[in-house]
Amino acid sequence: MPANLVPSASEFLRISPEILLTLVGTLMMTLESMFSRKRTLGVIAFIALLAAIGLSVAAHGDPGEAFHGMIRVDGFTTFFRILVFATGMLTILMSANYLEKAHAESAEFYALLVFCIVGQSLMVSSNELIMIFIGLETSSIASYVLAGYLRADRRNSEAALKYFLLGSFATAFLLYGVAWTYGITGTTNLSAIRQFLLGGQGSESALLLLAAAALMFVGFAFKVSAAPFQMWAPDVYQGAPAPVSAFLSAGPKAAAFAMFFRVALTAFEPIKGNWEPLLWASALATMVIGNFAALRQTNIKRLLAYSSIAHAGYVMVALTTASETGTAAAMFYLAAYAAMNLGAFAVVTHVARRGERYVEVNDMAGLSIRQPATAALLTIFLLSLIGVPLTGGFFGKFYIFKAALDANLVWLTVLGLLNSAVAAYYYLRIVVVMYMQPPAEGDTVLESPSAGIAVTIWATAVATVLLGVLPGFVLDFAGRSAGFAR
Amino acid sequence: MPSEFPIPIPPLPLPEAVPLAWYLILSAILFSLGVAGFLFRRNIITVFMSIELMLNAVNLTFVAFSYHLKSVDGHIFSFFVMVIAAAEAAVGLAIILTVFRNRQTLEIDEVSSLKL
Repeated sequence: MPANLVPSASEFLRISPEILLTLVGTLMMTLESMFSRKRTLGVIAFIALLAAIGLSVAAHGDPGEAFHGMIRVDGFTTFFRILVFATGMLTILMSANYLEKAHAESAEFYALLVFCIVGQSLMVSSNELIMIFIGLETSSIASYVLAGYLRADRRNSEAALKYFLLGSFATAFLLYGVAWTYGITGTTNLSAIRQFLLGGQGSESALLLLAAAALMFVGFAFKVSAAPFQMWAPDVYQGAPAPVSAFLSAGPKAAAFAMFFRVALTAFEPIKGNWEPLLWASALATMVIGNFAALRQTNIKRLLAYSSIAHAGYVMVALTTASETGTAAAMFYLAAYAAMNLGAFAVVTHVARRGERYVEVNDMAGLSIRQPATAALLTIFLLSLIGVPLTGGFFGKFYIFKAALDANLVWLTVLGLLNSAVAAYYYLRIVVVMYMQPPAEGDTVLESPSAGIAVTIWATAVATVLLGVLPGFVLDFAGRSAGFAR
Repeated sequence: MPSEFPIPIPPLPLPEAVPLAWYLILSAILFSLGVAGFLFRRNIITVFMSIELMLNAVNLTFVAFSYHLKSVDGHIFSFFVMVIAAAEAAVGLAIILTVFRNRQTLEIDEVSSLKL
């Protein structure tokens, strides 16, 4: 019996964040009745996520593979683990008060959120297609439920249905691609697939392998809401509870991009000449569809959904470069995007009030008079989403387009920059409504933000500005972790 | 008195009476039927069943390749797929139930209040 059948302690350390969160989530479900105050469970989930960040940092001190190459802990893994855990913590802060007002605070919400994050953490750390699939589905199945969490609400259940049907449809494509990859190469390990392709043994079945990669692209593109598989995002983000929309646009999207990058740049990197044109077209289409559709939105959640599609397009530009600088730029961008988008959605959650009755752009009217601080912070998030200097969004776009120019993607850069100019229009429209229009007649009282919302808004605003003023710290780490072990 | 008994057990591994390609063609047909059902059927339950058909086509592909490659990995993957499909079915049917309770319909075209 080979000795390595028994996993070593360092292998357990490498998946300790997932183990901890799974245990906590399961215990929260089983011991729910012991807690009369459900808020306590939110606090427990928050602390567990904080501990998971600590464990990821500890695991980073001893990088390497675990469980026969199923898991790989490297800088890339640690970066995205911390990102999704922090996203989860901010989501808990944002949703506690929202759920209380909807009389729906319960253990399931926090447990589902924790399970969803376990899935994302697996997605970003797995080095094997089946593990990626399991992580993806753990994350997706939990997020289908979260999208329809307030089940008596027609919008919630519709969002959940659309997300579920289209999500499972895309997963089936991904899986069919995995099955063919397994059949052709005889393995599902990313490094082994790469070796197979480098060995040139696949020449006679190269066409089939390309077809398999295309099937997998369908699945990945759906999860990151890249064109032509972006159609679910507006409906889901509009229909889901606002804190859940915030979460979906930050955490799962970052994790999905992380696995997309890892699969494309390790396993299928040897045939990148074949898939680069496909990604080029998809990146451009994603930016154009997102930005131009956002121009005519009146519902602010739907507007932010289209904006999130457009931002997925910018990250797709970074993926098209298939370079280390591109990967580092995408990592920075996804972190900055998570901060500014969570902040924007937190303000939307706050303004929407009970039952989400105020989610039109015009409902922002007069916010600068009623709550100047909230309006000012939302302005920071919107300016960062445009990409104005001194915000995280600016450096994110700057590094992505710089990487694109380095990779000689001149046309994509030009068209992408034109797109960002279009985007300024619909973000600035919100600012204009906030500052130039008086509050609507008969509007109900807008109470001051709850503690959770206030902390979320301030923390994300600080992060957005810090990433814009001192990008070096995050960028250095991203640059050091962008090269995948092959 | 049948003279064929006892039936001789064929030696393992089984002779490849059915070539690999036939399994792959069958699974491709099943997958395409699932896609077509997803795109063209209007009842939510039928749409959901089409997705299950696609996943089963994937399982058939995995098992066929696994047998062909003489590696047990594909068999194990198909178990994972089954587990995930079961979890998906549990969540999916619950979501379909809430939709039905809110709208008293299972026609997919009538679930469209979230439009511009």
